[in-house]
Amino acid sequence: MSSVHLKNIVKRFGTFTAVHKTSLEIPEGAFVTLLGPSGCGKTTNLRMIAGLLDPTEGEILIGGKRVNEVPIHKRNLGIVFQSYALFPHKTVAENVAFGLKYRDVSKTEITERVQSALDLVQLPDVGARYPKELSGGQQQRIALARSIVINPDVLLLDEPLSALDANLREDMRVELKRIQDQIGVTTVFVTHDQSEALALSDQIVVMSAGRVEQVGTPEEVYNKPTSEFVANFLGASNILSARCTGKTAETVTLDVPLFGTVPVPADKAALIDGEGPVKLVLRAEKLLLTPRGTDIGDANTAEATVETVDYQGQTVRYFVRSGDTQLQAINMIDGHPFAEGDSVTLAFRPKDCAALPEG
Amino acid sequence: MSVEAREARQPWILLSPALTAVGLLLFVPLMFIVVYSFWLRSAAGADQVGFFLDNWQEALSDAFYRDILLNTLKIAGITTIVCALMGYPSAYFIARSKGNKPVLLLLLMLPFWISYIIRTMSWINILGVSGALNSLLMTIGIINEPIQMLYNETTVILGLVHFLLPFMILNVFVSLDGIDTNLESAANSLGATKWQSFLQVTLPLSLPGLAAGGLLCFVLGAGTYITPMVLGGPRDAMFANLVYEAIITQLNWPLGSALSLMLLVVLGALVMLYNRYLGMAQLMKGLG
Repeated sequence: MSSVHLKNIVKRFGTFTAVHKTSLEIPEGAFVTLLGPSGCGKTTNLRMIAGLLDPTEGEILIGGKRVNEVPIHKRNLGIVFQSYALFPHKTVAENVAFGLKYRDVSKTEITERVQSALDLVQLPDVGARYPKELSGGQQQRIALARSIVINPDVLLLDEPLSALDANLREDMRVELKRIQDQIGVTTVFVTHDQSEALALSDQIVVMSAGRVEQVGTPEEVYNKPTSEFVANFLGASNILSARCTGKTAETVTLDVPLFGTVPVPADKAALIDGEGPVKLVLRAEKLLLTPRGTDIGDANTAEATVETVDYQGQTVRYFVRSGDTQLQAINMIDGHPFAEGDSVTLAFRPKDCAALPEG
Repeated sequence: MSVEAREARQPWILLSPALTAVGLLLFVPLMFIVVYSFWLRSAAGADQVGFFLDNWQEALSDAFYRDILLNTLKIAGITTIVCALMGYPSAYFIARSKGNKPVLLLLLMLPFWISYIIRTMSWINILGVSGALNSLLMTIGIINEPIQMLYNETTVILGLVHFLLPFMILNVFVSLDGIDTNLESAANSLGATKWQSFLQVTLPLSLPGLAAGGLLCFVLGAGTYITPMVLGGPRDAMFANLVYEAIITQLNWPLGSALSLMLLVVLGALVMLYNRYLGMAQLMKGLG
């Protein structure tokens, strides 16, 4: 188990820069997620840590030691690929034992360790089968068992859940968290799925276009986004143009068209340095639709008309229009959802908002 | 008609053009050959219709035919091994090359645009007494007299390798190209060096392609008569040359038929043995 440290890493492919100067510290035992849309450089970072790609500039340290020149087979890492990458011509047990053959491990110990790895992923009886005889979720568990049986210094997970269907993905997510907690290995997880990132991570590194946008705990990046990109990528947000009219130690006061004066808590507007144009970040699930005329108390309100209703069972997503502004709201369903064309009152609490500087 | 009945018929409808062609152009003529092989060519030059075993007796008992058959299998075997050794690295290179794969595959196909006979004869211009290689060696003074390089077993094998190598490369390429490159990465991450991961993962997974390419090279090589005719000496005749000789030169269709059936049976038996003992079916099972 080791820490991972990226120091001023740059990766170029020809003239294209996949990763702009990036520094990142991943503490020992942490579960860190690189989150971003495809092409943001998250997988490139992972592959550089793995040794599958060489950084163009910068240093990679694992456990405090520079590994730039260490070939992949000497880095002692566990990698799980999106495509599972199980060896189709080997049985499950042979797959799991593969890495142990290159380490000084006796035959009896191999058998024991393979079995305990299979136990850990809750597939104790499939050792004699071939990978293709297992379901996708089972194959991914075997891939995980194969990568952790060697006691890797770092576990690298490259979108391991993306090839699974929705229900299975959630099961595997829980499973993955349990296993990581149990063995406590430093884990770097790459995904484009914000819910996976939020559920699993100690730290989330949000990336966009080869740059790190924000690093923080799931709660921090969700509730206190430091850029418009992060606000939009983690869940749906409404970004409204506003004006900062005052700043104290506790609150930053914004003047927002439609909704009036919004006192945002200062810790959610840390980047606002004074009066001037700013952006208000209002999460879709914090924007409540109520029948027109409902008294909501301590909230900002505006009148609007429902334009689109996207029914999702437990929740419903509305697109509403108030004047020239279209807003998005995700509400729990209490009774019947609103219908298209209904007149509603929109409401949100100022403490649920965040503020970002203009541009 | 029910949907099921229509679906059950569909494969047969789709297969019918191919089945018709194979039936009329291969199976029916083959039956003629079988019948011919029991006829007899009389001294007068007319075929005697009937059921005679004379041709078969001659073909099976004469040591001359046996030796040439064994020599044919040997030449085809050596050719196949050379093709495998030369073809695998090329196929690997093409499969792993990123941007220019289509260009490389096109280059691989390029020789097929030229007639096989022309390609074979081109070796005469290279290796002949007044060919390119001899002229070069004499010009730079390594030899004084031209060397006789043509018309031996080596040039036959050379010609066959030249002809068959693309088939090997294509077959190996297809199986290598289908292997997820992450498999090698996974093997490397688990501690295997590049060479170890090749031996443990890539090579076994590409064996079906190698086996298919090998079979194709062997069968095509063992059945050829043009290469030994153009590039071989009088003693390098292969079995198909005997068939050619009997039918085209001597107009002895009954004997030629018996000989060609003999080659067919031997090659067919080898294919079946190959399938069984190289465990292609077993390999395919592992790959799904």
